[in-house]
Amino acid sequence: MNQYLLQRKFENAAVHVLLLLVAATCLFPLFWMLRSSVMTQETIFTDQSLVPATMHFGNYAKAWTEGQFSRYLLNSIIYTVTVVAGIVLVSSWAAYAFSRLEFPGRRFFYVIFLLAMMIPLPGSFVPLTVLMTKIGFINAPYVWVRQAGYVLCMINVGLSLSIILLKSFFDQTPLDLEDAARIDGCNKMGIWRHVAMPLARPALAVVIIFNALNVWNEYVLAMLLLNDIPGEPTIMPLQRGVMVFANAHNVEYPLLMAGLTIAAVPIIIVYLFMQKHIITGLADGAAKGKELL
Amino acid sequence: MKKCVLAGLTAWMIFFTAGCGNVHQGDPNAITVWHWMADRHEAFLQLAERYKEKTGVAVNFQLFTPSDIYSQKITAAAQAGILPDIFGILDKTSVIAEFIKSGFVLNLKDTFAENDSEWQRRFFEKALAVNAFEKGNTYGLEPGIYGVPLDMTNMQMVYNKKLLKDAGIEMPPSTFDEFVAMAPKLRAIGVTPFVSGWGELWLIDCFSSNYAFNIMGEDKVMATYRGEVPYTDPDWIAVFRIFQVMAREDVVDQGIVIKRNKFAEQDFALGRAAFAFNGSWCVNVYHGMNPDLDYGVLLPPPVSKRYPLFIWGGAGSSFVINAHSSKQDKSIMFLQWLTEKDQQKFLSEATANLPANRYALADLPPELADFAGGMEHLTHPTLWPVEEDAVVKEKFTKGLQSILIGEKTPQQVAQDIQAAKTRQVERAGARRR
Amino acid sequence: MSVLTQKFSERWKGHLTSFLFILPAVAIFSVFYIYPFFETFNLAMREWNGISMLRPFVWFQNFQDLATDTVWWHSVWHAFYITLFALTFQNALAFALALACDRQIKARNFYRVIFFIPPILSEVVVGFVWKWILEGGMQGGYHYGLLNHFLSSVGLHQLVTDWLSNPKTALTCIAVVHSWKGFGWGFIMFLAGLQTIDRELYEAAWVDGASAWRTFWNVTVPMMLPVIIVVFILTILGSMQAFVLILSMTNEGPGYHTTVPVTRILFAMTGTKQYGYACAMGVTFGAILIGLSLTLKKMQGRMKQV
Repeated sequence: MNQYLLQRKFENAAVHVLLLLVAATCLFPLFWMLRSSVMTQETIFTDQSLVPATMHFGNYAKAWTEGQFSRYLLNSIIYTVTVVAGIVLVSSWAAYAFSRLEFPGRRFFYVIFLLAMMIPLPGSFVPLTVLMTKIGFINAPYVWVRQAGYVLCMINVGLSLSIILLKSFFDQTPLDLEDAARIDGCNKMGIWRHVAMPLARPALAVVIIFNALNVWNEYVLAMLLLNDIPGEPTIMPLQRGVMVFANAHNVEYPLLMAGLTIAAVPIIIVYLFMQKHIITGLADGAAKGKELL
Repeated sequence: MKKCVLAGLTAWMIFFTAGCGNVHQGDPNAITVWHWMADRHEAFLQLAERYKEKTGVAVNFQLFTPSDIYSQKITAAAQAGILPDIFGILDKTSVIAEFIKSGFVLNLKDTFAENDSEWQRRFFEKALAVNAFEKGNTYGLEPGIYGVPLDMTNMQMVYNKKLLKDAGIEMPPSTFDEFVAMAPKLRAIGVTPFVSGWGELWLIDCFSSNYAFNIMGEDKVMATYRGEVPYTDPDWIAVFRIFQVMAREDVVDQGIVIKRNKFAEQDFALGRAAFAFNGSWCVNVYHGMNPDLDYGVLLPPPVSKRYPLFIWGGAGSSFVINAHSSKQDKSIMFLQWLTEKDQQKFLSEATANLPANRYALADLPPELADFAGGMEHLTHPTLWPVEEDAVVKEKFTKGLQSILIGEKTPQQVAQDIQAAKTRQVERAGARRR
Repeated sequence: MSVLTQKFSERWKGHLTSFLFILPAVAIFSVFYIYPFFETFNLAMREWNGISMLRPFVWFQNFQDLATDTVWWHSVWHAFYITLFALTFQNALAFALALACDRQIKARNFYRVIFFIPPILSEVVVGFVWKWILEGGMQGGYHYGLLNHFLSSVGLHQLVTDWLSNPKTALTCIAVVHSWKGFGWGFIMFLAGLQTIDRELYEAAWVDGASAWRTFWNVTVPMMLPVIIVVFILTILGSMQAFVLILSMTNEGPGYHTTVPVTRILFAMTGTKQYGYACAMGVTFGAILIGLSLTLKKMQGRMKQV
């Protein structure tokens, strides 16, 4: 009996060690970024200490101003919020329709979205840019039209997965609530708004965080589709600021690390707030994974 | 529900337009410039301020970096017909020729010839040559000068004086064999003998081209590009063997094949390597990283005495004017102002680049002056009558990388390149038919 | 007659309103996906350098060249390698961690948060930091790559190498960093799946005297099968298309050792300016991905029967 308990304790300890080890590797790069960001260019390679003796927090201020992070941050926030809002609306409408409504071509369109998820479009940047110009987004006189073009493009990027995720979720919500609402006189839009959407919170959380991540970290499309208007503040997002920083001729590692930290922190904060919903959302999605495809 | 959506959209629109004031469409007193030079952006902005004070014309510099993103942007903009008034073409001659042929670039021949060629005579010959196409050029373009050079650069080797002294080396090498012989001494004091950004293909191309000219002379190299001489020729094997020797004798680290140039610059500036191969812009970079660095400039040590060793040089960056722009006159006037002696001096000091304007050459910092010393042996791919096909070039440069990591022999690489070359030549021939 | 038409028009009106629900999605999609999609096929059969007005039709020559392009097929193999690595090590790790966290309630929340941090970082950030960790090179006796520094300080000098430029280790390093960044997703999904397994099943197995190992194979795995399949499919789709990490860490080097299909396409576009060839690569690659997904779907169907 004692031996058994001992073995159990040993196993538990080993499990804990493994978990801690992996957790350490997850946190270490961030920690290293932080630690390096408060050093100076001269000492950054020679100083081997884990926590430097003198911390130059001024690097952050310097990185912030040199890299114009304030404006870039604002732009990224604007894009993330609008794109995610757009995707939530458009994909939940479509997902609800695919799941609950009858109309000709329903299967056909759904399959198209499925296929789109699996077929990548590398090399589509050039025809996309030509198209955007012909429609008139890229050189529009108003800043918000230019931004709208980029936003629409990014909405498209996240559309397929979001629709599929939400549809499988809607498929599993019980029908009785909807029937009750219909009896009460709700039309389709009403049911969508009052019944389907509130129930879909977990799945929506997944959709939100997933797309927010994508937009926040996106870089290439932003460079190709966004032209600044002379005299107006820049409309470029954060990752561009990071790249400019990283590719300047004089590579100042501490500033670079400070900049990378500035770029990573907001999304970590958002994640920490949303993670409860993410887990429950992914949990439901995974547990009912059979229906997913 | 629909009201919600409408309200949301309206709110968003208000939010955005709140920041904007005027409608900016072709403000008649503003010209737009697109460029990729992150280190010069500040200087450009200051110059734009000065120009606005002087003439009332606003010049809007927009930076797109890194350079491969810039190239994609220009390409897409050309296709979509939205190129700015002034821009640069960050690519090789055939691409520049394509731009010109497709009508995107203004021919400035007449403007340069005005006033007894005043504007033209300001520049070093080699600076303009890069942007000029002669009569009967292989691209079938109308002869003329299509671009305005901003600065001059050339690519040479630099060496760390202190490290050489520490290793017991008295003089910098004058031949390649001497250079290789120094490697063990430098390894003994714990430094990498030679570093360069050979993760970037153009840089390894440049180095190999210098030695190709040295070993077989310009004519034979051109003949190879034309397809008349195979890459399996012993002279080319000799070029490849240079890299094999450098790998075998431990002259370079294995990591050199994935090293980006700015990391190579860092290695040299921080004293981790004794020799480096870089361009004259490095003066500014090194100064920023390590102002106390004591270094000198030298030409790459030649292998053979038969032909002179040429280094690449000429106009570093140039601007072209959009032929479809509605503000060509204003753009021309701005570029003329930008290349005047005072502005060139300003740019040169701000970014430690050699000026393209020959009258701005006085008062250069010493290392920069050293770079200027190599001006007699300048050449540049854009000046050559033939250009090697891009697909073959890729095989060439990647092949050199394979030699450096010891995966292939010079003979194998030569065969790979020649196979690709034969195929491309056939295709080109078939296309002409 | 009028009653019929009335019902008919009512039904069509109903269909119309339903259609409005998918209209925004379909509209956006047609513009931003469909058009470039067809244009890619169009360009795949042409030869174009990206600038000129001439785009001559060359039928299937691009595809013929592709068939004999050893570098391309190497890149496909590299993508497979990274994917296989992810399918095995990444998902095994994620599964093991999920199992470990399944029983512990306090620790679970803590680890849940931590393990998901790598996925939320941008690949730019991850690439830069890991490149520094894996860097080779020395100065005056000490290594400035973290890993090498660590190895030499614990006495494992023989393991020290330039990880990202050594042909033998470069691709594996990329695979490791990719898996590091991605295991969080699998972890979350596995954990969620594990939590839906009825505890009674475990109790029943224990009562029957089954060892931990047998319980695992006969209870846990079968119940988790759907989740496993989903994670596998997502892993495959994600890993086959990974490329930003490679661009920031090795840029396809050394030589061609870390090239993948997407970087090949980018290089054909921006390096050798062969837009038609790049589109042909894109089409081929898409076909490969579809093939993989369909195969998995078939396996899923067969497993359902088991």
